[in-house]
Amino acid sequence: MTAPLAIELVGIDKRFGSVRANKDIDLKVAKGSIHGIVGENGAGKSTLMSILYGFYHADGGEIRVDGRPVTIADSQAAIALGIGMVHQHFMLVENFTVLENVILGAEGGPLLAGGVARARATLKRLAEDYDLKVDPDAVIEDLPVGLQQRVEILKALFRGADILILDEPTGVLTPAEADHLFRILKVLRDEGKTVLLITHKLREIMAITDEVSVMRRGEMVATRQTSKTSMGELAELMVGRRVLLEVEKQPASPGRPVLQVENLTARDGRGVDVVRDVSFEVRAGEIVGIAGVSGNGQSELLEAIAGIRPVRSGAVTIDGTRLDLARHPVDAAAMRRHGLAHVPEDRHRMGLVTSFSEYENAILGYHRDPAYGRGPMLDIGAIREAARVEIEKYDIRPPDCLLRTAGFSGGNQQKIVLAREIERDPVILLVGQPTRGVDIGAIEFIHKRLVALRDAGKGVLLVSVELDEIRALADRVLVMFDGRVVGERAPETDESELGLLMAGAAQEAAE
Amino acid sequence: MFETLILILDSTVRLATPLLLAALAGLYSERSGVFDIGLEGKMLGAAFAAGAAAAVTGSAWAGLAAGILVAIALALVHGFACITHRGNQIVSGVAINFLAIGLTALLGQDWFRQGGRTPPLSGDGRFTNIQLPFAEALRDVPVIGGLYSELLSGHNLLVYVAFLAVPVTWWVLFRTRFGLRLRAVGENPAAVDTAGISVTWLRYRAVICTGILCGIAGTYLSVAQSAGFIKDMTAGKGFIALAALIFAKWKPVPVMFACLLFGFLDAAAIRLQGQEIPGIGEVPVQAIQALPYILTVVLLAGFIGRAVPPKAGGVAYVKERT
Repeated sequence: MTAPLAIELVGIDKRFGSVRANKDIDLKVAKGSIHGIVGENGAGKSTLMSILYGFYHADGGEIRVDGRPVTIADSQAAIALGIGMVHQHFMLVENFTVLENVILGAEGGPLLAGGVARARATLKRLAEDYDLKVDPDAVIEDLPVGLQQRVEILKALFRGADILILDEPTGVLTPAEADHLFRILKVLRDEGKTVLLITHKLREIMAITDEVSVMRRGEMVATRQTSKTSMGELAELMVGRRVLLEVEKQPASPGRPVLQVENLTARDGRGVDVVRDVSFEVRAGEIVGIAGVSGNGQSELLEAIAGIRPVRSGAVTIDGTRLDLARHPVDAAAMRRHGLAHVPEDRHRMGLVTSFSEYENAILGYHRDPAYGRGPMLDIGAIREAARVEIEKYDIRPPDCLLRTAGFSGGNQQKIVLAREIERDPVILLVGQPTRGVDIGAIEFIHKRLVALRDAGKGVLLVSVELDEIRALADRVLVMFDGRVVGERAPETDESELGLLMAGAAQEAAE
Repeated sequence: MFETLILILDSTVRLATPLLLAALAGLYSERSGVFDIGLEGKMLGAAFAAGAAAAVTGSAWAGLAAGILVAIALALVHGFACITHRGNQIVSGVAINFLAIGLTALLGQDWFRQGGRTPPLSGDGRFTNIQLPFAEALRDVPVIGGLYSELLSGHNLLVYVAFLAVPVTWWVLFRTRFGLRLRAVGENPAAVDTAGISVTWLRYRAVICTGILCGIAGTYLSVAQSAGFIKDMTAGKGFIALAALIFAKWKPVPVMFACLLFGFLDAAAIRLQGQEIPGIGEVPVQAIQALPYILTVVLLAGFIGRAVPPKAGGVAYVKERT
């Protein structure tokens, strides 16, 4: 080990109240390398990087940049030390141009004119050096996500960053965009920059990093040379035991159709058709997965079927009952009475009232059930008892139905929603992003639960942007692009073929 | 006919001035993400302070200084509640409006004992009208005389300040570092924060700008347009200014036109009082006075399309703990 270190962390500690987010972290990142940091959600990766970027202050430990001990008081200090960060949620002003976003905070004087001219020249040079081409006068909100991310990288480089931190950079990208990003990162490395890549996707780690460090529950558990490790080993290190990357399941034996969607068209809030003429069916005893890059109409499709979003045209048949949603809208409660249950994509916005207790959330949407009360009065005792049963059955931790839902971890919150919907014995379950922001242990549990539901003869419609999840769970895969279903494939289909479909390749070929 | 039009336009300018100053004041605050329905209260407080200071010292300039100071103080109260303590911006604005109504009446009565008025101002105690060069000489030239000597010339200093503030605001907003950051913090404060700029300090500077302009607006009412403070003399102008700001989608030049439109309606309303309108007869005064407000509702209700406010407006910035 003679390569000079770009970053060295020694004994970093960070507490939030009673939670120790980072425990005695040591990390060495070699100059001119791509260093991956993997770990489950809540393992402390983001906290560690926020400390490095001056967002938080460590309670203890030392940071060395280029061998010199430093204190990073705020982001400005981090920038001055040559550290740049590309956040998971882009820190861009959407109605500003690329140029305005790049110079924000580094304007080079009280008047803009001079700084703008200089920035334009610098951007041109950076674009050539690193293959980072973006029109400097384009407005951010008109750019695809991949280009927005490029602007974030340019922002960091414009400020003279030598060390680039990327936090979950591929979450919002198509496979093609992700590939392009990786090419850019390799160019950056070859030009002598240091890249720190935070992710929970092991495949990315294997594909582009030189070294990888694994975090688990606030601790740095291992650092490996990427060429000398495997996905299996890393996964094991992440959770502390062997996990099934594959979900065990028998071949499906589909029965009668329980959900039929005919020519469904729906609009988004801006009045644009985002679900266009979609038709498919889900049979009893099968899981149908809808794959696609986020924002191609999957969310709106789920909402339309669940009765939350108005439908422009088309019909939905649930277990033989045909509902002409365009002419006679049916609300979510009526949909439930027809036997449909819905685990929404965003549990915080639609699935839970996080300031309510667990037992209150456990009956949301089913509070009119005669089992839980009479008339306007709720039978609190019966509700709590039912909640306790679900907590036991779904291993919801901590097992306390009086606790505010906000106090549960992401995985346990998701289990609360899942328990509520599955335990009402639906004929068809709609599930959106079942494992977003959920740790590996809970993912395994949720996956098993969904397969068990299928085996019990129910239909499951699964929407997920995680292709691995779709491939592991679904019996049939529909791919959505630009509001349409552009293809159906078997889950065993080659990933690159699915990726091409998701990127709209079929669409373009047809046009 | 031409003369009547010039007269109406002339009073349009006078009536639009306080609206323009207040609307531009609101623009700074709201563009930075701090909604401000307390323009009315700040204007009223400033009008009282200006009237009182001018009456005591006999100097309009002392009045202006007092007006600006009081408006800044009220703006800082709003900032302290909304920026530092992340309070609700609407509630804080309403509180400032009530505070101003109550305090000006109370202090006015206590200090001057004239039923809430400040003593009438004269001479140097007021901003008097300025004759532009050659205004007299050109007065009798047709058309140009009317436009130049009547419309452009013969206003007090603060009118010119108000209209000058439009290009200045545009320049600040779109050509300076402060403006770039101000617009950014109203759209995405997290982007500003991660760029290493203090969101808090930036927003405080924005509300101070709001205070300065509200101060000038209030001073105009009591020390330039009228000769002294009268109870509740803002009479909803702060709210009309807010409507103009929204109507103009938070852009400086459209703000000017919106304010001129409201000023014009006001001027026309005054002109139409007691006049017979062919086919209708004499229109009741109240109906005409209500015209600007009715138009505001109609315009805001759909004629202008969707007014998209600064995205982070109304929301206090909290560093996310991820």
